Amino acid sequence: MENKIKKVDLIFEKVDYLEVLERSFKRTQDEIILDVIDSGLRGRGGAGFPTGLKWKFAKNEEADQKYVICNADEGEPGTFKDREILTQVPEKVLGGMALCGKATGASEGYIYLRGEYNFLLPSLYAAIDKFHAQMKELNFDFTIRIKSGSGAYVCGEETALMESMEGKRGEPRNKPPFPTTSGYLGKPTSINNVETLVFALMIAKEGPNQFKDMGTFDSRGSKVFSVSGDTPKAGIYELELGMSLEDFVNEFGDGDTKAVQIGGASGFCVARKHFKETVIGFEGIPTGGSMMLFNSTRSMYNILNDYLEFFEEESCGQCTPCRVGCQQLLKGIEAVKKGIKPPSYLDELQKLSETMKIASKCGLGQSAPNPFNSIINNFREEIIY
Amino acid sequence: MTNVEELVKQQAEIHGHKRESLMPILQAVIRSERFLSEEAMVAIAKELDISTADVYGTASFYTFMDTKPKGKNIIRVCKTITCHMKGKDAVIGALEDLLKIKLGDNTSDGKFSLLQANCLGWCHKGPVMLINDEVYPEVTPQSAVEVIQEYLKQK
Repeated sequence: MENKIKKVDLIFEKVDYLEVLERSFKRTQDEIILDVIDSGLRGRGGAGFPTGLKWKFAKNEEADQKYVICNADEGEPGTFKDREILTQVPEKVLGGMALCGKATGASEGYIYLRGEYNFLLPSLYAAIDKFHAQMKELNFDFTIRIKSGSGAYVCGEETALMESMEGKRGEPRNKPPFPTTSGYLGKPTSINNVETLVFALMIAKEGPNQFKDMGTFDSRGSKVFSVSGDTPKAGIYELELGMSLEDFVNEFGDGDTKAVQIGGASGFCVARKHFKETVIGFEGIPTGGSMMLFNSTRSMYNILNDYLEFFEEESCGQCTPCRVGCQQLLKGIEAVKKGIKPPSYLDELQKLSETMKIASKCGLGQSAPNPFNSIINNFREEIIY
Repeated sequence: MTNVEELVKQQAEIHGHKRESLMPILQAVIRSERFLSEEAMVAIAKELDISTADVYGTASFYTFMDTKPKGKNIIRVCKTITCHMKGKDAVIGALEDLLKIKLGDNTSDGKFSLLQANCLGWCHKGPVMLINDEVYPEVTPQSAVEVIQEYLKQK
């Protein structure tokens, strides 16, 4: 079988990041940002906002203080790449933050690290101390601190994360204003995923073309995937974007893959019959990296039930469509399974899920219907019987 | 001044008396006491000059900030789908048998709490459990029991 999966090694490659920074600090803010825009890099946390534009918006704000935040609140089920990046190449993450600081005019950076990764703190603090000394030598004023989470998935949402950093409940804010205008403590803030920052550093190192030449028109470059579930090759892989799911399953499946959940619990479940036409990328199904494979021994009811329990627990409860919607979807499938409600009740629930998509305040409530609808549409009989 | 009040005061000196200091102070109390007592929350409110209700409101939002007493060692077994598929139920069952408690309870000697957690970020190496801040990936019912027995010996 022809192998169409292209492995890439940009993220974990050891590089002379100080040389990259030294060179970048001599450039103008616009030059750095233009390279990032030109590369086509989009946020690697899942939402996929163009990184260069984000930096440009933050740079264009007038303020006495600006911030850079590295979002290391990696809570999406099935995602574990940021932990690995922070373990293997923390200095590249810090370098990416300093680059963002230079580009946007920020002198302070924060890493928001999820509480589940507290064991990384000693090594991260050591890396930061070393980094501060190096920045001093380069005469660049930039300090990095760490803020820890305490077990709340919704804090991965950028504005909830900032609320949490400010010592409040992690409830998402209304947008606009966007963080680039009013972020942490009301100051212009560019918040980026761990992986995005490392790619930005690599783009500064190599120029925009290497990255731009990979992937597809909508999904430039490569991406770190977290592969788990029924696969003999569970682990972390950096792959060029734009491959078909069929190619992915040929590489990572166990020969009996019945479905793949792309993008974690908040992503989409794709059944075997759609593997061929499904593209992994922004033009198809985007992912923050989570790829969970399921073979024919798995009950899709159990999988959906698991995801809905997750959302029911992790909904912050601030807005009604999400708070009540997540509960009702979970209760609903349980009732249908037990025969308390007729199968047609699933149609009612799907209408409710449409309301959640439209009316929920943040990405959590808007995306909780994704696994629900994609599993019901593909595996309705498994939910009912 | 009680020990907890002392701790809160000391942490407020380190992290400051601003609202942004609340999380690190709460986290420090959790690290030392494993839960937030009423006494601790009142002391924090005093230090930061905010209402105790505000402190409780913030703390109760976060899964890792318990407001009920917990054991000295908190065991959290990941319950999310891939760990579920890899047998987290058997791991929990073995720990329940060893510690003679049910999921969610504390042992009577106050040494352990047994809890479940949402995705801990080790899906390729499930099932995984966290004891305080320590990670134990790819545990089996047997290896999980052995880990706890080590804790029993040491502490």
